[in-house]
Amino acid sequence: MIRFVPRERTPVWLTLAVSVGAGLVALLLTAIPLALSGAPVLQAFWLMVEGAAGSGFAFAETLTRATPLIFTGLAVAVAFRAKLWNIGAEGQLYAGALATVALGAGMLELPPALLVPVVLVGAAVAGAALLLVPVFFKMRFGADEVVVTLLLNFVVLLFVQMMLEGPMKDEMALGWPQSAPVLDEATLPKLVPGLRLHGGLVLAVVCAIGLHVLITRTVWGFRIRAVGENARAARYAGLPVGKAMALVGLLSGGLAGLAGASEVAGLKGYLTADLSPGFGYAGIVVATLANLSPLGVIPAAVFIAAVFVGADSMSRAIGVSNYLADLVVALSLLCVMVGGLLIRFRIVRVRRETA
Amino acid sequence: MIALTAPDQPDRPPHETRPLVLSLSGITKRFGSLVANDAIDLDVRAGEIVALLGENGAGKTTLMSILFGHYVADEGTVHIADAAGQLAPLPGGSAEAALRAGIGMVHQHFALAENLTGFENIVLGTVPLWRLGFGKATARAKVARLMKETGLEADLGVPVGRLSVGEQQRIEILKALYRDVRVLILDEPTAVLTPQEADGLAETVKALSKKGLAVIFISHKLHEVLALCERVVVLRGGAKVADRPTAGADRATLAELMVGREIPPRERAPATLGAPVLRLAGVDVGAPGERDRLEGADLELRGGEIIGIAGVSGNGQGALAALVAGLKAPRNGSCEIVGHAATRADPSARIGAGVGRIPEDRHRDGTIGALSVAENYVLETLAASENQRHGLLRRSAIRARAAQAIRDYDIRCPGPEAPIRALSGGNMQKVVLARVLERAPRLILAHQPTRGLDIGATTDVHRRLLAARGRGAGILLISEDLDELFALSDRIAVIHAGHLSPAMDAAGLDTRTVGLMMAGHSAEEAA
Repeated sequence: MIRFVPRERTPVWLTLAVSVGAGLVALLLTAIPLALSGAPVLQAFWLMVEGAAGSGFAFAETLTRATPLIFTGLAVAVAFRAKLWNIGAEGQLYAGALATVALGAGMLELPPALLVPVVLVGAAVAGAALLLVPVFFKMRFGADEVVVTLLLNFVVLLFVQMMLEGPMKDEMALGWPQSAPVLDEATLPKLVPGLRLHGGLVLAVVCAIGLHVLITRTVWGFRIRAVGENARAARYAGLPVGKAMALVGLLSGGLAGLAGASEVAGLKGYLTADLSPGFGYAGIVVATLANLSPLGVIPAAVFIAAVFVGADSMSRAIGVSNYLADLVVALSLLCVMVGGLLIRFRIVRVRRETA
Repeated sequence: MIALTAPDQPDRPPHETRPLVLSLSGITKRFGSLVANDAIDLDVRAGEIVALLGENGAGKTTLMSILFGHYVADEGTVHIADAAGQLAPLPGGSAEAALRAGIGMVHQHFALAENLTGFENIVLGTVPLWRLGFGKATARAKVARLMKETGLEADLGVPVGRLSVGEQQRIEILKALYRDVRVLILDEPTAVLTPQEADGLAETVKALSKKGLAVIFISHKLHEVLALCERVVVLRGGAKVADRPTAGADRATLAELMVGREIPPRERAPATLGAPVLRLAGVDVGAPGERDRLEGADLELRGGEIIGIAGVSGNGQGALAALVAGLKAPRNGSCEIVGHAATRADPSARIGAGVGRIPEDRHRDGTIGALSVAENYVLETLAASENQRHGLLRRSAIRARAAQAIRDYDIRCPGPEAPIRALSGGNMQKVVLARVLERAPRLILAHQPTRGLDIGATTDVHRRLLAARGRGAGILLISEDLDELFALSDRIAVIHAGHLSPAMDAAGLDTRTVGLMMAGHSAEEAA
């Protein structure tokens, strides 16, 4: 018989092992439906690995896919740290993307050294503004931010579609609902000639390090952690709870907004309504896999990106549907949740005494 | 249900002839290198009231958690009598098995679902939820019979969140009895009761034991232990250091057994009064309909004195404490704190004005469990220049000062980086005390400062509060423990239904008068 005994403290290696183990177990579990469907399991997995990291080109593609996931993973991690359940990174991403196009597709004429920062700041502000609304409602009226942020995703997406069919529609795009392309001066530089890898990745890594420093080393980071862990005690101690939550809203929404800017100005060059295949929601998986640690978000995002890129490539090769990637991601999330048990409890085997 | 099946025994047989209902032998439990329980033997007989004494960390909670199936002992066995009176081994690590075997526990922090009624709480878990509608009449009859037999009265029809603490406790006991317990564990049961309620509880426990129920009574209040229990078992450092009849024991010997050294008597110099640090005139706090409110309160507390506020919790202490702590603003009247008019709810302004605040619930309001000892230590002074520079935390300086506080206040912990939730209640409170006293506050709010603490930690808190008084701080001591109020206070005021009585000289008061005033009688009636 097995018992769960609460742990007094959790070693760091265990936290890491649980995250890695969860990913591996998820892959193993995926093998079951794969085998049932009659696909060659080992070959399918090997093709996934090859497709995600088998060549410099493949790995660059994985990192390109990881870039928005780092941003949205960070956005979710900082919010969840403060127990602000932001499910709206998807909408904030689109708000950032919309701002990128609005500012970077001809409205301003500036040299790149100025236009790129302006576009990035604009996108961050747009994402932040979108999240500050639910934060304000939560603090002022106790409105549930899960519902508000989730529903705002659909509002924003519909708004984007309206803009792409109307005022922002590119007349040159042969009737496709897409925006005018961003100017060259607003485009993020490519990192390696010939690859799609762009400056957004560098910015994402810098943001992760910056967020790590902010949370662990600064007064405001301390306040964010305090508010998240015990808002009552934080208020009792005279900490500015409202301001800390507003800051969390700014950071979280801003980071998600940057994901949109990075995708538009770094990769796609223009905005369409299918810019994000759920990067905002996948950010929740990334942040959870990373145990809400900003630095952990980077490997977690690369793993999730590898699963998607690898599954696409595998699917092209042997015809197994790339929905398999969604399955791996969903199972990873479940496994890491179950793994949370291991972090909080020790498992003890008990021999049942015979009465 | 022992209360019903065992015949009433007016002439009790002598102790040894009563059957054993519970036998723990050689219980050892280790957490890493720490030996929480070291080969503990404990026998409990039917109808016996055994006191389990010990400081925090002595191993009481671990032992009871093993008995209750929350932990599994590394060594040793638990035997419990079955319905026929035969001792049988209890499988370890299963709360379900413990419940089925007839072990019931009333925790210090009640385990009631506040939005369910008393009746629903009592039957919860005994029937599957989807069958709650079935057998209700039988269940009701059983509960009614129990209430009649034991004299445990409570309103069963309203959500328990609306009941008083005393009523909630009676529901907890009924809940245990409803499950036909043979052994009832009461953890610090009188911590939240008025003296009169505590007497009532003692009567109930005695009556239950006469019917054959075995009771394990965990308490820090030695006079209760002496008055109620036949036998006392003392744990210290994980080991059993005494197992003796209470007859012939006195408080001093028990206290020394628990602590393992002599307890120095409290030293209390006469008060040297300074300037007023808290002045209330006609202060209202909270809306008129609220239960925990303050109405037309007048009070003047001066530096160098301790005013004790007596009262059953929920009579306005919360509002008074929230006002002084800066969580609430006065609705009417004038409130002056250390020379400044306090008109707004602003905790940081209070801290800045020189108010040190010891909250009632250190887990909920006083500390942040996941943060380290050092981080909790600087929680209120983050913005001060010794803790940050340009918004960056001065981590090594913070750690060094926390390490100093750990030495100065004898805080037992793995180090300044340890999460504070790993600390025992007493050590957690020492961190709060260190944080409060570090800034040499002019006014100290001490709200239930020793709730749940053992003698060693309580003595320490009292000593430090008296030292602060000696330095000229004014102390507002809100407590439900009359012993504590009388031991520390220069003056005592009683709070009942939102009304604060004038502060009376503690020297001329007795506990009976204060107890009656706590129940709502005026000072004249009570005298």
